[in-house]
Amino acid sequence: MVVDQLRETELDRLFQAFADSTRRDIVRRVTVGEYTVSGLAGLYAMSFAAVQKHVAVLERASLVTKEKRGREQIVRGNHEGLQKARRLLDEYEAIWQQRVGRIADILAEG
Amino acid sequence: MPVISSTKNLEALSFTLIAEFDADIQRVWQIWEDPRQLERWWGPPTWPATFEEFDFRAEGKASYYMSGPEGEKARGWWRFTTIDGPKRLAFDDGFADDNGQPVDALGTTHATVNLEGVGDRTRMTIVSSFESEEQMEQMVQMGMEEGMREAVGQIDALLSEHAKA
Repeated sequence: MVVDQLRETELDRLFQAFADSTRRDIVRRVTVGEYTVSGLAGLYAMSFAAVQKHVAVLERASLVTKEKRGREQIVRGNHEGLQKARRLLDEYEAIWQQRVGRIADILAEG
Repeated sequence: MPVISSTKNLEALSFTLIAEFDADIQRVWQIWEDPRQLERWWGPPTWPATFEEFDFRAEGKASYYMSGPEGEKARGWWRFTTIDGPKRLAFDDGFADDNGQPVDALGTTHATVNLEGVGDRTRMTIVSSFESEEQMEQMVQMGMEEGMREAVGQIDALLSEHAKA
């Protein structure tokens, strides 16, 4: 039951990142292709600085990577970060499938 | 396999599972209503559950512990929010400390269970929603143990089949 403290912090960041609809939209877009921060800023009715903040939250959560190219900052999806969250749900699914198997065994006794 | 489908919603942190059992709805309700039956399936074989308190009515509480292979105990609590037998129950599910006191910091899972008769079978739909990934991680710790146990069980079964052949 002991969860590594460092890992807990990572997980908190991950779910904080997912909690906002703009950030989820950014993740969806940059998973498919690369965007500049100014390109992303043009998509939402908010300031460049606000979009930059969202990108920073996503970066801390390891969901996106940011790289300088000349004057521009290129944002790309970080597939490992996304896979981590998905893996947790997969594991939870396995727990329930095994529970259902045990219920079926009990019911089969009559 | 009794599991018909399971759906994971990553962004909403929720999980839906639908299973059908070869038993009538009253019989399937018992596996929730009777703590002695519940104990036989809630925890994995490596972490069996024991319910010490089980007040099966709306606003009622249950407390349980799971015993690990090294003699360790993991405690948890439920609070029933809906009991509408034999069709529906809902409860919050959280962790507790060694004295059985809820550990709020780890958050709670909310589970809704619906039972529905389909011919002479019963369909069970479970929706679990989480507060945070941290808390989901805690749930999964034991699931991994269980996954390994299952794998070992399957290997044992294969070996015994070969022994018979």
